[in-house]
Amino acid sequence: MGDSQYSFSLTTFSPSGKLVQIEHALTAVGSGQTSLGIKAANGVVIATEKKLPSILVDESSVQKIQTLTPNIGVVYSGMGPDFRVLVRKSWKQAEQYHRLYKEPIPVTQLVREIAAVMQEFTQSGGVRPFGVSLLVAGFDDNGPQLYQVDPSGSYFSWKASAMGKNVSNAKTFLEKRYTDDMELDDAVHTSILTLKEGFEGQISGKNIEIGIIGADKQFRVLTPAEIEDYLAEVE
Amino acid sequence: MSIFEYNGSALIAMVGKNCFAIASDRRLGVQLQTIATDFQRIYKIHDRLFLGLSGLATDAQTLYQRLVFRHKLYQLREERDMKPETFASLVSAVLYEKRFGPYFCQPVIAGLGEEDKPFICTMDSIGAKELAKDFVVAGTASESLYGACEAMFKPDMEAEELFETISQALLSSVDRDCLSGWGGHVYVITPTEVKERILKGRMD
Repeated sequence: MGDSQYSFSLTTFSPSGKLVQIEHALTAVGSGQTSLGIKAANGVVIATEKKLPSILVDESSVQKIQTLTPNIGVVYSGMGPDFRVLVRKSWKQAEQYHRLYKEPIPVTQLVREIAAVMQEFTQSGGVRPFGVSLLVAGFDDNGPQLYQVDPSGSYFSWKASAMGKNVSNAKTFLEKRYTDDMELDDAVHTSILTLKEGFEGQISGKNIEIGIIGADKQFRVLTPAEIEDYLAEVE
Repeated sequence: MSIFEYNGSALIAMVGKNCFAIASDRRLGVQLQTIATDFQRIYKIHDRLFLGLSGLATDAQTLYQRLVFRHKLYQLREERDMKPETFASLVSAVLYEKRFGPYFCQPVIAGLGEEDKPFICTMDSIGAKELAKDFVVAGTASESLYGACEAMFKPDMEAEELFETISQALLSSVDRDCLSGWGGHVYVITPTEVKERILKGRMD
């Protein structure tokens, strides 16, 4: 028998109780570029490698970190096109909530909706799971929050987390470095150092992307110049 | 006779100093006949949010049930109570959904928001919100109510004075309206307590 006999169909459990397609989706995530997030006392930072396939690609046109609402941002590891679909759906969910309640959507509610979408694609006919894991960073009335959402639709709140190629080294590094009373600037430095750990080649403002949200509750992606400043501080 | 005047109703909400009051009459009629003299028009959504519904009684009851349902789901999902402003937006959306076959109700929403700031608003039967800083009125007696409130209202009244003012405004206005009256039902809400009182007026 074996699990491989069940790996073709998403909606069939294998004898060992797994949905093999989801395992494969997680493998797709695990071979994607490293991304990480750190929750500080007064904000959240998310970051990712931005390795482009060729030097001819215009790196300013590639945006791996997206803003979902003015106070919630997201980064991914895995398949870029799947990520874009989820971002579009999240934009719509957030706007629908706002239209109904005239209030910005709380981070937990948006994460719950995204996770529900990802779960739908694990229990429907003729579709495949999303090949991305997301790190959602937001700041609302409950303070700074960081959530990871997996292809299966499960979501977890993290103080700090990493995904993608270098996940185990990155997580070990974060476990050592993380403190509960970290400030946002310290968290940015730590995230740069963590990315540096597994980085092949010279790290610069053009081949990583960093997004931060502070007590002002405005999520923004740092410009390459700002990243260079942080890199200089870290050296 | 207009459909809004079929059952008869009178509703007021007034703002005080860190408190608010919401009051209604108690008559339920079928055109000229009085059916009940203890009809409830004001409902509690949660400890700091009250909803009054004037107009057609059947629509008022159904609308209240739908809104309580939505609010209970919200409480389960978000693990918190709805803010009054949020609830007002929800009521407006629910009413507009039925734009071309509306609920024949005029809601009055009153609650304590962030930092115990009182919030009142009313809207028409298709969800046009009207926020006010002092008072809002609704029902068949609304014209008299506007006049009475305008004359009697003062800003920053304490709970007891607010109760007196809203009661006098209500009773004097429903006396000029044959379709509302038979007593009054007044709620005065402060950050620490909710006081519910029944008024005895002209029983006709």
